Amino acid sequence: MTDLPGSGGASGKADGPGIAVGRRVFLGMVGLGAAGVVLGAPVQEAVVRAVGSRLAADLPGGDQFVIYSVTGEFPRIEPESYKLDVSGMVERPLRLSLADLLAMPSVQLVEEFQCVTGWRVPGVRWEGVRLATILDAAGVRSGAGALSFGSYDGLDTESLTLEQARLPDVIVAYRMLGAPITTEHGGPVRLYVAPMFGYKSLKWLSSIEVVRVARPGYWEQNGYPVNAWRDGSTSAAVPPAYRSG
Amino acid sequence: MADGRGVLRFDGVQRAAHWLTAILFGILIATAFPLYFASVESLVGRHVLVLRIHVAAGIALPFPVVVSLLGPWGARMRADLGRFNRWSEPELRWLRSLGTRRMPRADKFNPGQKLFAVFVGGSIAVMFGTGVVMAWFDLFPVSWRVGATVVHEVLAWLVSLAILGHIAMVATHPGSMSSMLNGRCSETWARRHCPSWLEDQLGAPGEEEFLKGRAGARRVSWRAAERSHGKPDSSTTNSRSGRSGIPNRSSP
Repeated sequence: MTDLPGSGGASGKADGPGIAVGRRVFLGMVGLGAAGVVLGAPVQEAVVRAVGSRLAADLPGGDQFVIYSVTGEFPRIEPESYKLDVSGMVERPLRLSLADLLAMPSVQLVEEFQCVTGWRVPGVRWEGVRLATILDAAGVRSGAGALSFGSYDGLDTESLTLEQARLPDVIVAYRMLGAPITTEHGGPVRLYVAPMFGYKSLKWLSSIEVVRVARPGYWEQNGYPVNAWRDGSTSAAVPPAYRSG
Repeated sequence: MADGRGVLRFDGVQRAAHWLTAILFGILIATAFPLYFASVESLVGRHVLVLRIHVAAGIALPFPVVVSLLGPWGARMRADLGRFNRWSEPELRWLRSLGTRRMPRADKFNPGQKLFAVFVGGSIAVMFGTGVVMAWFDLFPVSWRVGATVVHEVLAWLVSLAILGHIAMVATHPGSMSSMLNGRCSETWARRHCPSWLEDQLGAPGEEEFLKGRAGARRVSWRAAERSHGKPDSSTTNSRSGRSGIPNRSSP
């Protein structure tokens, strides 16, 4: 067993001659990693500014979307056959086609898309109808306090309080990144909740149900916080910063 | 040790640590594909399940190495950790030349192998730490999550490339796999790829241990092994044992 420590040899032993390069490389990597965690966000911004967003999207750690699908495959929905059901505690239940949504007053937003786990995409252009506009068209009955959203993937669900849903930058989106929303991004119609982390922006939106109290959605049942304000607020109330929109 | 079965290079603990780490890296890379690439995600989906497998494998990743280093079973593991740590001047010169210089005469590991081992070790630590920030994100500020995601993604590429290189080296160097499968490498292989270490193992005359008088004891047991096998497998063996080669004995 000459392989054991203390058995001598020319080099390469823990207490032998030579320079402790391995330890330095290891500690250097750990130090760089820690610095990257703390300083990675501003550095990433600087890189994106330096090389441009289109190129940065192709770099590892760059600003590309990470696609989440909670079921086995993406639901494929033809834009012509798309329907959005608005039901529950409303005066007039609605069944909106994509043409109906396109006929409603539209808004455009340019916002950073931020996932709760850390990845983000700056400067995403969105177009759609304010959720408040749709709620007003359906007429919310008194006593209602929240919305439950369903997805065509049959599994994903989300929730917002009525107060959150009426914020001006909460929209039912049909355009994203300057084009109709693609299937992988949740098209033809998805929710976009600008002031909250990405998982609130439910993809392949199929239904809006007006209910009394908010029910935790799919990701919240899987451990994500119910209140997803991007500023880190955890209260159900709308943080002051988001009130003005 | 230098009987017909070759030279012991990695004991069972080391092989177990290597293959468990390899399996975990395999699971991590396989599950990273749908988590990272939209085209793969569209085929696989089941994001939460894939993510759970990825996180579970990530938590397990450091354990084979750490557990095999600690405790009475880890003597060889610790000895090799020391080899990865200590670099001689010629090895450092090779590193500073970014591999363009001729590689110095190798001990048990050449400097490329040492660098790979240290890099994988550092990667395990950093991927573990950044993965924790991403998986338990609510404990950390948002800017840290962004930073952790960037570091995790960049290093995932680098360590995957390093592992690909590791596999490519094994594939193009016949004989290098055997010591990680059955623990032993042939003397021929060792003489070519880690000559200094082989001399150490065989107790070459003039070697430090030989002076300590330990090599003598080894020579006895080695003779015994030779007798039981009846065929020393190399000229080095023959000259060291102080006899002429048995196969040639009949020649005048």
